[in-house]
Amino acid sequence: MLTDFQAIMPILIVTLSAIVTMVAEAFQPKQERAPLAGFGVIGLIGAAAASVLLWGYDKTGFGVVRADNFSLFVNLIVIAVGLLTILFSPQVIERERIPPGEYYALTLFAVVGMMLMAAATDLLLLFLALEVLSLAVYVLTGIRRAQFQSAEAAFKYFLLGAFSSAFFLYGVALTYAIVGSTRLEEIAATLAVSDQAPDGLVLVAMGLLAVGFAFKISAVPFHMWAPDAYQGAPTLVTGFMATGVKAAAFAAFLRVFLSSFHTLHDSWAPMLWLVAVATMILGTVVGVVQANAKRMLAYSSVAHAGYLLVGLIVGTRVGEAATLFYLAAYAVSTLGAFAVVAVLATEEHPHDRVQDFAGLWESRPGLAALMTVFLLSLGGFPPLAGFVGKWYIFSAAIDAGYVWLAIVGVLTSVISVFFYLRIVVMMYMSDERALVPTPAITRSAVAGLTLALVAVFYLGLLPTHAIELALTSVQGMF
Amino acid sequence: MDGWLPIVILLGLGLAFAAGNVLLSQFVGPRSPSPEKAAPYECGMPAVGDARERQSVRFYLVAMIFLLFDIEVAFLYPWAMALRDLRWAGYVQVLVFVLVLFTGYVYIWRKGALDWSSREE
Repeated sequence: MLTDFQAIMPILIVTLSAIVTMVAEAFQPKQERAPLAGFGVIGLIGAAAASVLLWGYDKTGFGVVRADNFSLFVNLIVIAVGLLTILFSPQVIERERIPPGEYYALTLFAVVGMMLMAAATDLLLLFLALEVLSLAVYVLTGIRRAQFQSAEAAFKYFLLGAFSSAFFLYGVALTYAIVGSTRLEEIAATLAVSDQAPDGLVLVAMGLLAVGFAFKISAVPFHMWAPDAYQGAPTLVTGFMATGVKAAAFAAFLRVFLSSFHTLHDSWAPMLWLVAVATMILGTVVGVVQANAKRMLAYSSVAHAGYLLVGLIVGTRVGEAATLFYLAAYAVSTLGAFAVVAVLATEEHPHDRVQDFAGLWESRPGLAALMTVFLLSLGGFPPLAGFVGKWYIFSAAIDAGYVWLAIVGVLTSVISVFFYLRIVVMMYMSDERALVPTPAITRSAVAGLTLALVAVFYLGLLPTHAIELALTSVQGMF
Repeated sequence: MDGWLPIVILLGLGLAFAAGNVLLSQFVGPRSPSPEKAAPYECGMPAVGDARERQSVRFYLVAMIFLLFDIEVAFLYPWAMALRDLRWAGYVQVLVFVLVLFTGYVYIWRKGALDWSSREE
């Protein structure tokens, strides 16, 4: 009983802080502003502390939630994502007149879903976690109700997301029909003993589960919703979606495919190989022609889903650790980039076209430098986080014999540098000056940007510790 | 497959009975149409207006709130059946569950979702 609750302690803490946020907003006096963000920050820091305390104990809660190092590592990533999002938020909430209680509570509930998704060892619980996460993010996408674009984005995201959930659930049902259980370890055990060629039905079930995950990580050809949803959502929510949702979906993807279906690696690897190559190429090539910075970052996140898939396909311990490390590096870089776009926007002007960045180094030298660092990290320049992530993941691919995958990855990374540099060039070398207002930036946003910057340099310059952590976290999981 | 034969026969008979009655009334039934008979059936009352009219958006709130508590009951019934096996641990967990739903209730109450008359459309 006690172990059960210890295992879900980080999740419980964040849930509690979300409920407190919600109720506090409902009870605050009309004119006053309760410090709602504070509850979230406290909850997330508490959850991070609980995750650190649980490190190495590998506790299991209620038979279906596993607080192993893997899920705790993912916990730390999504907590960081949630924390940074909350730090960036006050200014945006003020500007967009977003109801703060709902915004913070939904963000926290989404984090709960993400943490549960990484920890679930039962396909049904995994589905529940996916829904907790998705429902919160659908609402967050459309939280600027008056805006046509936001509503459109939310609607598209919701319809396609519900569709993908149906695929996933059908995959779970078929898996249950074949194996007679939804527990991951029992699926693995059953599939391991049947040594003959895999049943056709198993492949169908696996394919359906993969489709469900591919929707959530926005892998080609299930990426259609991503650019529209990413562009229409409030910029910070976009950053949250592009990093947190992806991290959680990848964590579950890794756990399901490398524990339950590991024996069928030869069957699913070619399928995902195609998906990964298509994702890397399409995300990069279409990203090059985008004129909207948010849309460009959306395609960049599609391309990054492709790089992350490489780590999954490789399927070795190093590949898994590389995926985890890459998720962390990608999360801080992407969140930072989206945050710069978000803090530059004003009520009249969204500041999301590429030419809006013209001459930013003059009006806002600090923000221009930050944006450059985040974009170069995404493009994979040393000595930043993105470089180490890419290097680690592609070297894992080459070690495991997936040379072509690594070649496609490196080539598309080189092309992607072009569109990241487009913004940098616009900021520093354009003769034009974008006539857009530059709003004041809150102290918490500065703190958030500093944290992201430190993380990008830390993961880039001293990656050894994080890589060690990632390696230990995948030991003994599968 | 032998065991399924009675079920197939039952299905066939059921279909034949239903379809047969519909078809039979089509062919042999007497017809004397009147305006009352052609009107849409609304539990015997004379129909008022068109069915395709605008509904207040508040009904969606009612539906959401109904779902909130309907799902609660859907969980409580199985729990009540297994109460003795689950013992105190199960009791506490359900209590927490109801408490969380109760906070949801407090939330919608404070947010004014239950005020029907105070806000004009």
